[in-house]
Amino acid sequence: MALPAYAGPLETFWYYAFRVLCGMVFIFLITPLLIIIPLSFNIEPYFSFTEGMLAFEPEAYSLRWYEEFFGSERWMAAIKNTFIVAVCSTFLSMVLGTLAALGLSRSELPFKGLIMGLLISPMIVPLIISAAGMFFFYSSIGVSQSYMGLILAHTALGTPFVVITVTATLSGFDYNLVRAANSLGASPTYAFFKITVPLIMTGVISGGLFALMTSVDEVVVAIFIAGAEQRTVPMQMWAGIREQISPTILAVATLLVCMSILLLSTVEYLRRRSEAIRGISAH
Amino acid sequence: MMANTVEAEGQLTPDEQKRLTSDMHRSLRRKKFRALFLVAPLLIFIMVTFVSPIASMLFRSIDNPQVSEYMPNTTAALADWDGDKNELPNEATYAALVKDLVEGRKNHTIGKAATRLNYEKSQMRSLIVGTARKAARLKPPYKEQLIKIKKGWGDIDNWRVIKRESKPYTASYYIAAFDMETTPDGEIKMLPENQRVYLQMLWRTVWMSVLITVLTLVLGYPVSYLLASLPMRIANTLMILVLLPFWTSLLVRTSSWIALLQGQGVINDILVWFGLVNDESRLSMIYNATGTVIAMTHILLPFMILPLYSVMKTIPPSYMRAARSLGATPYTAFIKVYLPQSVPGISAGAILVFILAIGYYITPALVGGQTGQFIGNMIAYHMQSSLNWGLAAALGVVLLALVLGIYAIYSRLFGGNNQMTLR
Repeated sequence: MALPAYAGPLETFWYYAFRVLCGMVFIFLITPLLIIIPLSFNIEPYFSFTEGMLAFEPEAYSLRWYEEFFGSERWMAAIKNTFIVAVCSTFLSMVLGTLAALGLSRSELPFKGLIMGLLISPMIVPLIISAAGMFFFYSSIGVSQSYMGLILAHTALGTPFVVITVTATLSGFDYNLVRAANSLGASPTYAFFKITVPLIMTGVISGGLFALMTSVDEVVVAIFIAGAEQRTVPMQMWAGIREQISPTILAVATLLVCMSILLLSTVEYLRRRSEAIRGISAH
Repeated sequence: MMANTVEAEGQLTPDEQKRLTSDMHRSLRRKKFRALFLVAPLLIFIMVTFVSPIASMLFRSIDNPQVSEYMPNTTAALADWDGDKNELPNEATYAALVKDLVEGRKNHTIGKAATRLNYEKSQMRSLIVGTARKAARLKPPYKEQLIKIKKGWGDIDNWRVIKRESKPYTASYYIAAFDMETTPDGEIKMLPENQRVYLQMLWRTVWMSVLITVLTLVLGYPVSYLLASLPMRIANTLMILVLLPFWTSLLVRTSSWIALLQGQGVINDILVWFGLVNDESRLSMIYNATGTVIAMTHILLPFMILPLYSVMKTIPPSYMRAARSLGATPYTAFIKVYLPQSVPGISAGAILVFILAIGYYITPALVGGQTGQFIGNMIAYHMQSSLNWGLAAALGVVLLALVLGIYAIYSRLFGGNNQMTLR
């Protein structure tokens, strides 16, 4: 979008004003994520920059809050819990979601609209309502305050992402490939694992990453249905921000930002790969 | 199948036609069954783990077991009593009440019935619990003695409340959720202005969500336009600035806004350093509605940019050039040509942000203070602190109905090509 040669002074002004405005929005988007990184190395127990930090004195910086984080039994238990719940629920979401997407992409499926609506409803219903409903129901069937309950809940919240991404991948899927495999003597199972699975894998994995992120980041349902035993990282952060604000939170936040950079790169890589496979060039 | 049904001349006998049709039907049925079979595991899973909880919440919002379950004798005795006649119940009802109070106190259940009745009329709890403490020592006839212990038992309105709430289902949680009350005569009217809480809260939630949606649109539209019109390589790099917040934990973003906006926070420090604000009069930008709006606009902005971008990407730039070459000013070309084509993106982004915003709980709870709370916080409060689960469920149903209603209007208006897809 270069400035056209015939542009008058007013248009030139708008052109640059527009770019400055966009630059400010980008700053608004990214500053909150960047600001916590230096703050997490603060030696003082504050959420703000000290004079020493602004003068770049080495004594004003420390790894104190990271030590506190890695030395805390509570935080380590929280990481373990988050890991267990996220891995189990992501795995379940990927299996159930992929199967359902395969069914949904068949034209013979009756009541398609209704089924799709039900399957993605966990994404539409506000979390606080899901949490309240799950609190009533899970305690009445005796799975609240257990890993089981939390895994089931996070699986329910994560599957819509898998269903949507895999259905999208399947919309560009050439079923003739499967027919060709069948005509060459492959059994349906063999054709499924040799042809279908590798081609939809990018969709499955990126859906799985969305589900993983949902579980790792989910706090509303966790507060309501998990007990102290199952305390996850977001629950611990929630408690930390509400009770006593210490920069340990910022150390955790910095680590989480690093994790999201990692996840983002993976998803972007997968997206480009899938576009390349489908023959849509990114450039 | 094909080989033995087609005759040499291409004509089918009626018998063969019938067989072919039934074969095709069977094959179609089998395919249908196979598709359903693939969907079934997740469908059953979602039904059990998600739909049943929502259904149980619907049920909880009208369920009213406390009085009939924990005061069964009184409930039975009151069945024949006519509350409109301005007469106190008979001696048998008072005897039933004493029996319930004695048993309820022994089983520690009377408190539950008392709490339930207290939602309807204050002082019912102290009336029931206070009487229950002395009930075991009473001898018949009871009526006079009970009225002597607590004057409330001579008040016909209290009996009317007990009779009304001894039914197994109630609308009273919804009545409370809409800031109304049932008078002892059975009339439903609005609460006095100063006692109204929930409608005001719901209204605030809606208008703050609208404000946040408008802000994300105002900030997101130019950025999406820029991203859609820049060369792919630069756009992809800038896209990281949108996607990184999108992938970062909600709690991380909320806590960094606390660090930025609080009294001793980064923004106030900068303003003081530049001399724009006095050190004594630092701006209070957090723990109020302002904090909620700023933090939520930031958190929800990527949800506006992504659908907008994906729609703008499909608008050919040649249309704008054509409009300009035909003599349109940049402003006219934008309003007449570009804006109408970006409407699907605007509507998809707006509905997504609005629906997400209206159900928010975490961010308002952490940075909202008194004035920045949403209806979701009220639901959480009744779930966790006041333990009035019926009211929490009723408020949840009201919010759910609102969200589904808005979603239905959206799909009616923009149905079919749904842009709410993930990147």
